[in-house]
Amino acid sequence: MSDTISINGTQHSLPDDPRRSLLDFVRQDLGLTGTKKGCDHGQCGACTVIVNGIRINSCLTLAVMHDGDEVTTIEGLGTPEAPSELQKAFVAHDGFQCGYCTPGQICSATAMLQEIANNWPSDASESLEGEMNVTGEEIRERMSGNLCRCGAYANIVAAIRDVAEESA
Amino acid sequence: MRPFSYTKARVIEDARQITADESAMAIAGGTNLLDLMKLQVETPHKLADINRIGFDEIKKTADGGLSIGALATNTATAVHPRVRSDYPVLARAILSGATQQLRNKATNGGNLCQRTRCFYFTNIDQPCNKREPGSGCGAIDGIAKLHAVLGASDQCIATYPGDMAVALSALDAQVHIATAGGSERTVPVRDFHCLPGDTPWRDNVLEDGEIITAITLPAPVGGTQIYRKVRERSSYAFALVSIAAIVEMKDGLFSRADLAFGGLAHKPWHDLRIAEALIGQPPTAQTFDKAADILLEIARGYGENDFKIPLARRTLHAVLEHAAEEAA
Ligand SMILES: Cc1cc2nc3c(=O)[nH]c(=O)nc-3n(C[C@H](O)[C@H](O)[C@H](O)COP(=O)(O)OP(=O)(O)OC[C@H]3O[C@@H](n4cnc5c(N)ncnc54)[C@H](O)[C@@H]3O)c2cc1C
Ligand code: SF4
Ligand code: FES
Ligand code: FES
Repeated sequence: MSDTISINGTQHSLPDDPRRSLLDFVRQDLGLTGTKKGCDHGQCGACTVIVNGIRINSCLTLAVMHDGDEVTTIEGLGTPEAPSELQKAFVAHDGFQCGYCTPGQICSATAMLQEIANNWPSDASESLEGEMNVTGEEIRERMSGNLCRCGAYANIVAAIRDVAEESA
Repeated sequence: MRPFSYTKARVIEDARQITADESAMAIAGGTNLLDLMKLQVETPHKLADINRIGFDEIKKTADGGLSIGALATNTATAVHPRVRSDYPVLARAILSGATQQLRNKATNGGNLCQRTRCFYFTNIDQPCNKREPGSGCGAIDGIAKLHAVLGASDQCIATYPGDMAVALSALDAQVHIATAGGSERTVPVRDFHCLPGDTPWRDNVLEDGEIITAITLPAPVGGTQIYRKVRERSSYAFALVSIAAIVEMKDGLFSRADLAFGGLAHKPWHDLRIAEALIGQPPTAQTFDKAADILLEIARGYGENDFKIPLARRTLHAVLEHAAEEAA
């Protein structure tokens, strides 16, 4: 087992202090400040990253618990020159105001579209089985772990819906 | 966060050995423990990371039931094809809790052991008999909206906050525990959590060095299965009152009514007398009231949470009415 962690495709050694959260590790040790700290208690979703394809809150996990894992942060999804589909859609739909929650929203939505493609149900799904639909209600439920203090929700849902419908 | 030493357990023996020490704790998803360590509510000197010890499988048992690994995530459990088709009340209960990000990390063992959301418990400047035995209870005569109306004591009126265990209680699931000595014991989930009594610091029956390995579900029980969670907003909030129900009807009468209740007590509440009162009865308001009378016989509010008593009654009405319609 390795004692390194891959962040956006680059291997890094794990921190010495076991108290380092994955969030503080990417922001402070690696200088990847796209991932944001809102609450540090799993309540806001600003710190959402994708670990081995699954979205999690990076504030409630220790970096040392992730040896051998592959982490994708907002910096790994796209760049200003080559944005991802969701990044483009957030710009096109004005899916933000201050932008603080946006990296978390986009990481979360990226993994969420895969969850829907896997036909994983949500609390809003009428049936637990079969194909999942991308309704506004589904998107709101599935994205409820990402709070937006500016209340850009309507445009966030529109941006996600656009990409979901295109890829469907 | 206080300093601690960290060990990655490779096998369950490592985990048992490390956590046998009173000042050590196991960490699984970390979504509850790290939250509380940041607040210095939990201050373990040693952490045993149990994520790589296995026990994350979901597989059929010899009697046709399902064994759900303690280290399987809440998400893996809720999306498992057999859980969705045979135990929908469990899938629904899990999906109603927390958020997708949290459920992706949260494990089934950690979910059972999650601690109360009492505001005094999570604030180290406040008195709390659960966190600091003998310091008093801030919630009695304080902010007690989330607190218990059933089975509380004059030492502690906290509630167990989880959803999954409420469904497990209705399903009469069993919790499998590896003991510190290396043997195994099994505890029905209905007996896993404790009432506060005069030992409010004790949430459940686990002893130092014990690790939950799996939860087993009985062979598919069928029936109409419902998880109804009443909360202050429609997503991402803990239950004020929740009900897990498995109901069957025969000739217009209840023939099965396994019910468990969340948000009301220090444990998922289960009272066999409720099923006894419902079976053989028609789904009328009178029947529902009789069931609610039994549920709430010893109910007592603490001011701010008085509303839970009528809310539990109305939620029970709604669930039974809905279940009877579906099951007919
Ligand atoms: C903002 C927020 C909202 C939430 N909302 C809900 C909700 O609506 N409904 C709900 O049900 N839950 C909710 N939760 C709680 C969440 O479900 C729990 O935090 C999670 O299930 C805990 O699992 P974990 O694996 O992360 O546990 P950890 O944090 O790793 O551990 C929790 C405790 O369990 C012990 N433990 C873990 N695994 C084992 C084992 N195998 N054997 C023995 N002991 C073990 C640990 O030592 C620790 O004491 C919420 C949490 C947050 C942060
Ligand atoms: S209700 Fe229980 S957990 Fe809350 S302050 Fe009182 S003793 Fe502590
Ligand atoms: S910073 Fe992690 S959820 Fe708020
Ligand atoms: S855009 Fe400001 S918090 Fe969401």
